[in-house]
This record gives sequence, C-alpha cells and structure tokens, in this order.
Amino acid sequence: MKRIYTLEDVCIGCHLCEVACVTEHSLSKDPVKAFLHEQARPISRCTVEEWDGGVISLSTTCRHCDEPDCLRACISGAIQKNDAGVVRIDTEQCVGCWSCVMACPYGAVQRNLAKKKANKCDLCPDRKNPACVDACPNRALVYKEGSQK
Amino acid sequence: MNYVIIGNSVAAVGAIRGIRSVDLEGNITVISRERHIAYGRPLISYLLGGLITEKRMAYLPEDFYENNRVNLLLNSEVVGVETDKKRVRLAAGDAIGYDSLLIATGGDPFVPPIEGMADKEKVFTFTTWDDAAKLKGIAHDIDRVVVIGGGLIGLKAAEGLHLLGKQIAVVELADRVLSSAFDRTAGRIVAKKMKANGIEVLTEETVVRIEGEGGVITGVTLKSGDFVPCDTVIVAIGVRPAAGFLKGSKIEVNRGVVVDDTMETSMKGVFAAGDVAEARDFFSGSKNPLPIWPDAYIQGDIAGCTMAGGEKTYSGGLAMNSIEFFKVSTISMGITNPADPSAYEVLTYQDLENYQYRKIILQGNLLVGAVLVGNVERAGILAGLIREKVDVAPFKDKLLAPDFGFILLPREIRSALFAPMGKVA
Ligand SMILES: Cc1cc2nc3c(=O)[nH]c(=O)nc-3n(C[C@H](O)[C@H](O)[C@H](O)COP(=O)(O)OP(=O)(O)OC[C@H]3O[C@@H](n4cnc5c(N)ncnc54)[C@H](O)[C@@H]3O)c2cc1C
Ligand code: SF4
Ligand code: SF4
Repeated sequence: MKRIYTLEDVCIGCHLCEVACVTEHSLSKDPVKAFLHEQARPISRCTVEEWDGGVISLSTTCRHCDEPDCLRACISGAIQKNDAGVVRIDTEQCVGCWSCVMACPYGAVQRNLAKKKANKCDLCPDRKNPACVDACPNRALVYKEGSQK
Repeated sequence: MNYVIIGNSVAAVGAIRGIRSVDLEGNITVISRERHIAYGRPLISYLLGGLITEKRMAYLPEDFYENNRVNLLLNSEVVGVETDKKRVRLAAGDAIGYDSLLIATGGDPFVPPIEGMADKEKVFTFTTWDDAAKLKGIAHDIDRVVVIGGGLIGLKAAEGLHLLGKQIAVVELADRVLSSAFDRTAGRIVAKKMKANGIEVLTEETVVRIEGEGGVITGVTLKSGDFVPCDTVIVAIGVRPAAGFLKGSKIEVNRGVVVDDTMETSMKGVFAAGDVAEARDFFSGSKNPLPIWPDAYIQGDIAGCTMAGGEKTYSGGLAMNSIEFFKVSTISMGITNPADPSAYEVLTYQDLENYQYRKIILQGNLLVGAVLVGNVERAGILAGLIREKVDVAPFKDKLLAPDFGFILLPREIRSALFAPMGKVA
C-alpha cells in the first residue's frame, strides 16, 4: 500500500503539514475559517518534532501498520483496518480510553481532549494525495508504495 | 480443517483473524455461553453510567462473522473437553468435534465466601454486559453501594454507579487503589480525585460481614470494626482464569492454562489465549496470567495463526493499562513497582497539584517500565522502546520530558521508522 514517508534532512520545521491536516479535516476546509471560527476545530494528525531550536525537525505520522498495535489495544472496536490496508478510527465508536495512545509505538495517535476522542491519520479519504504531502513546500513528505518499516 | 474456538471475546476475534490470515477454507466454529456477539467488555461501565448506548457495545463490524465465515453458537456452554476423542461437550448434551481447538474463555469473577453474603439479594459481580444491564435495571432501587476491591474492575464499577448518582465506598485490602498496575504516587492521585468526587476510598480494609435482614442488605462491617451502611454490594476482587471445565481433559492448568510461545497447551492441537491462558512474561520469562485486553488480542492472533499452520511467536506478555478516572488520564506499562529497587534506576517528575506525574523505570541501559499521569501523550513510544529493547543510555535524561519524541532518539532509529525504504534520510 501507499504510505507517507519522511525525509528529515529537507524538513525545515514549518509545520505546514499540520496546518494542512487540520484544514483538510475541518468543516470549512479553509485554513482561515477553520482556525478563526470553528469551535470544534480538529487537531493535527501528523506531529512535527523539533530539536536544537529547529535545527533538526521531522514530521511523524501513522505507518498504517500491518499488525496495528492501536487496533489490538482498542477496547471499543473503533479502530479497523480496511481491505486497502488503511487504519482508521470511527470517531462515533471511540470512547476516549486512550488505549491506542498507550499502544502505538510511533506516537501517531493524538488525543482530542475537547471532544474526548482519539484521532489519527486517515490518509485523507477525499483526496488523491494526503493533504500534508501536498502542502510540504520542501517535498519532505513522500507518498509512495512501500512497507511499514 | 475444523477449528473450534471456545469463547467469543477479544482473544477469539484475534484468533479468527489469525486463522483467516493463513487459511481461507477451514471451518471455524465459535462457541459462547453469552447471548451477545463480541462486545467491548471494558465498555460495560460506560454502558452502566449512561455514557454510551447498547448499540455501541458491538466490538466488530456487523458483517464480521459472515465475512470470516464463522459458525457462531451463542448461549452454549462448553462443559468438558475430551482430548482423546477430539471433541467438546456442550451443556445441552451434544458434542462438537475439532481438529484444532482454542480455549479463549477469559476469566470468571472471583467471589470469596463472606459471612452474611449467601442469602442477600443485592450482591453482584461486574464483568459482563448482562451484569451491567442488571445493575442498570434496578438502579432506581440502589442508593448506597459498597464496592469490594479497588482494582480496575472495582473502580470501573464505582465510576459507572457514580455517574448514576449513587453513593459509593470502595474497600481495598492493599494500601492503595490500582495496586497491581500503578505505584503508590499514581494510586494516591487517583484516590484523591475519587474522594474529591465524593467516592469514599477505604484502603487497608476488608469486608468481614455483610449485614442485613433476610435478603436485604443494611451495610457491611469492616475488619477495623467500622460499619458502612449500604443497600448493594459489588464484589470486584479480581478474575480467575475460566478453566474449570477442563478438569479431566489432561490439559495442564496451573493458575491459568499453561501455554508455550505459540499458545499451544500441554496437549498437542489444543491452544489457549487471553485471560484464561498463562503465558511467558516479557521480562522474567516465568508464566503468568495477564488479564488485559491488548494482550488477549495478541495471544489470540498468535494462536489462530499457528493453528492454521502459520508461524508466529509470542514476544512475552507486557502489562499495560490506560485508565481514565474523572478526567485524570493514567497510563502504566511494564515494571512499575520493582520488587528489588536496587536493581533498577527510577526517574520521576511530579506536580501533584495539577495531577501530573511521570515515572520512568530503567534496568541498566533498558527502559522496563513507565507510569504517566495527566499528560499521557504519545505514551506508546515508550512501549516501543521497551518492546524493542532499545539502548536508552544516550537519551536517558530526556525520557521524563513531557514532549519526549523521536527527535531525541538516534537518527538511525528515526530513519528506520519513518524514512522511505532503502534510504537513510
Ligand atoms: C469492567 C471491566 C473493565 C475492563 N477494562 C479494561 C481496560 O480498560 N483495559 C484492558 O486492557 N482490559 C480491561 N478489562 C479486561 C479485559 O476485558 C479482558 O482482559 C479481556 O476481555 C479478555 O479477553 P478474553 O477474550 O480472554 O476473554 P473474555 O473477554 O473474558 O471472554 C471470554 C468469553 O468466554 C465465555 N466462556 C467462558 N467459559 C465458557 C464456556 N465454558 N463455554 C462457552 N463460553 C465460555 C465467556 O462467557 C466470555 O464471553 C476490563 C474488564 C472488565 C470486566
Ligand atoms: S496509529 Fe500507530 S499502531 Fe496504529 S496503524 Fe498507525 S502507526 Fe500503527
Ligand atoms: S481512545 Fe478510542 S480509538 Fe483509542 S483505544 Fe480507546 S476507544 Fe479505541
């Protein structure tokens, strides 16, 4: 399956992938409206990590694992892997127990505390390429066929 | 190939998927004494408390059994396994033959004899959907509850009943609640939060007698002599592997059904997984029951895969719990209370005012355990470091940082995890 990979050397820590992710999962799909007016604004599903004042940075995101630890830990069955291999959370079904946060070795599940729901990368079902990949000005994110590791 | 699975919960589901990852043809029969299809057992407290509706109890997509071609027998209890004839006997009298058998019967609530309990009506356990439904059904008749046991199940029952506006006292034998998964500080934080919400927490105490007249409970008398008034008692001392029906089967049962790293029991062709099994511990190598959901899934998957001829082995049971009480999140994993502290190095950070606590347990250069309270973000990264036995010496001092992440790890590890194949970024 196609996965998102990271090239840390060309990541400049601009966080545009996070902005694009929030925008894509917002109601309006418009960054200004989403950030200024949407109360139930989503939180980003990718996480940009920085160190040494931004000298090193990389964007981390879900690996859509072959044997997802998040799925195995999920007590409600909210996490399922579809036939294409994409691992998604059914937000309605999620009870906010954070077992997936505990289990995911990639740190790829976020807690939306306002909604008490877990959230993670869904590879943008409405788009050809994930929004983060398209948004990266430096092509530090690559979307291509490959294995989990 | 005829696969028979006894039990229909998470270990069974892991096994069904495990079997189907290797064998799309064989017949799978699943036998459960419950009347429900697989449900989120840990969700029963959410159901009791009214946080979710019955519709959300279902653990699986509707077409799961059909898609995996599972022959599901509900309301059927297995009362015996005849390993010489390779068949299981049902309570209704019939027998079902197997080529490969999985015991995934989970745990039964343990109820010790307590004086005065036998004739009382409102004494309950809390481990099934029907237990929760029963309590919910008589909730209007409940005012004050004593919960015996301050472990996960006891506290979950307390929380559910608290949400219904009931008065609750939790009686715990140990010096703190959640003593098996959490350390003293974390236990204290949770107890503090419970008390702040009006739940009484009585530690180093036990119920010696249930008082009342006829079937009606008026209260309980504690070891200290104190009397706690109540009309309902929940017994939540723990669960024991549900292996009683294996008597006479020649399958080795210690505390649980003893299994090797492929989940096979002492009897060839018979496997066990989940709360009923006793498998190897990740650290010590000794065999213990580990009654947690994620591990039941993992064991089920290994059992199913092996039963179907695939190759997969267990890396050992790693305890982990994520529990949230009254909006305080807690996650614990691995060794949280070392028996011999001198063999370990312990790092802590605490800000109890704000319900924040982090504890990291190291053995030499390896991370072996963690307790997080409050900020539990990305806790799984730590679980990964434990499982993969990563040398943490180079970044040991950073493990307590609340924003600990991959950027603090050696570049090779980051690249192996996130860079495109064949390219060290
Ligand atoms: C209230 C509560 C909260 C919990 N919260 C958490 C949590 O937050 N996180 C966590 O990790 N774990 C939690 N647990 C523990 C978790 O639910 C168990 O570890 C898990 O359900 C074990 O799965 P299993 O498949 O081994 O067995 P079980 O879920 O126990 O299922 C076994 C099934 O087998 C059936 N069965 C038994 N004997 C027979 C027989 N002879 N014939 C036919 N059928 C039989 C039983 O009726 C049952 O349906 C909680 C448990 C409870 C009760
Ligand atoms: S959330 Fe984590 S465990 Fe789940 S599929 Fe993604 S990377 Fe794997
Ligand atoms: S937080 Fe939601 S998605 Fe995560 S394990 Fe719990 S129920 Fe499943």
